[in-house]
Amino acid sequence: MKDESDHDLELTSPLVPLFVITNGRSLPPDHAYERTTLVSAHEGASARARTLSPEARQVLDLVSDGFLSVAEVAAHTHLPLGVVRILLAELEENGLVLTRKPVPRAERVDRELLNAVLDGLKARFGA
Amino acid sequence: MYLDSGVSTAVKILVVGHFGVGKTTFIGSISEIEPLRTEEEITEASIGFDDLSGTPDKTTTTVAMDFGRLTLSDEIVLYLFGTPGQERFKEMWEELSRGALGALVLVDPERLSESFPVLDLVERFGLTYAIGVNHFDGTPVYPLSEVREALNLPANTPVVSCDVRDQRSSAQALITLVNHLLSLTD
Repeated sequence: MKDESDHDLELTSPLVPLFVITNGRSLPPDHAYERTTLVSAHEGASARARTLSPEARQVLDLVSDGFLSVAEVAAHTHLPLGVVRILLAELEENGLVLTRKPVPRAERVDRELLNAVLDGLKARFGA
Repeated sequence: MYLDSGVSTAVKILVVGHFGVGKTTFIGSISEIEPLRTEEEITEASIGFDDLSGTPDKTTTTVAMDFGRLTLSDEIVLYLFGTPGQERFKEMWEELSRGALGALVLVDPERLSESFPVLDLVERFGLTYAIGVNHFDGTPVYPLSEVREALNLPANTPVVSCDVRDQRSSAQALITLVNHLLSLTD
């Protein structure tokens, strides 16, 4: 049964303290969900997930149609970044979302990657 | 709204500068999405408080940050994070600088002294950077060499003139930064 309406979500966030939204969980280590980590729901995850908080449901639904960065998830849901990280940890533990971690910082920045970035910028802006 | 399904590599560049220097305008001029905003809580130690109990007195502040996105190839997406250049945000800088390709430091030639704390942070976090000298309507165009001298920059740090409202000009500043990053891998 679908019992989540947008109206309820709108009402819940501002009135419920953050520790309730996150079920008292604390922040996962920062690097686990950097703002450029890309997130998407597994296929059928939304239907499988039954006992999510409205906020976790909101996050899951948002990433059900494709990949977004953690920063975009926070911006679109209007939830603080710290809360989004905790909700994502919960969703990932339950096997509902998959993540693509950003490129780790190398001793020297990868030349190939920089060249690809440069080519991309030039192609896009005709410079 | 969603990334192309093949995009697997997210990179980031920080667009830093003091309040009002034009970070959000810069991001808005070249981002493929409307600039978005994150909100996060940071804790900061209160200043000038003699603490004898061992528990530092801390206050919590909410910081809003704007960012944009540029898909650069089938696989690569670039995120641009407008990053406030105040010392009290250094907690955020730690995460933001991790894995960043580099930083574009926007400066206002009329308020150069306000850029010193920003440059301090950029250097402390080991970010390679280029300087974009924003020029607004009616501002005299300063010779870039004067800006370089006033900011006491290393000789190889690129300094470019930049109109943050103009897409091509903003893109050129980013390209200058990436060329500089490449030159350092030789």
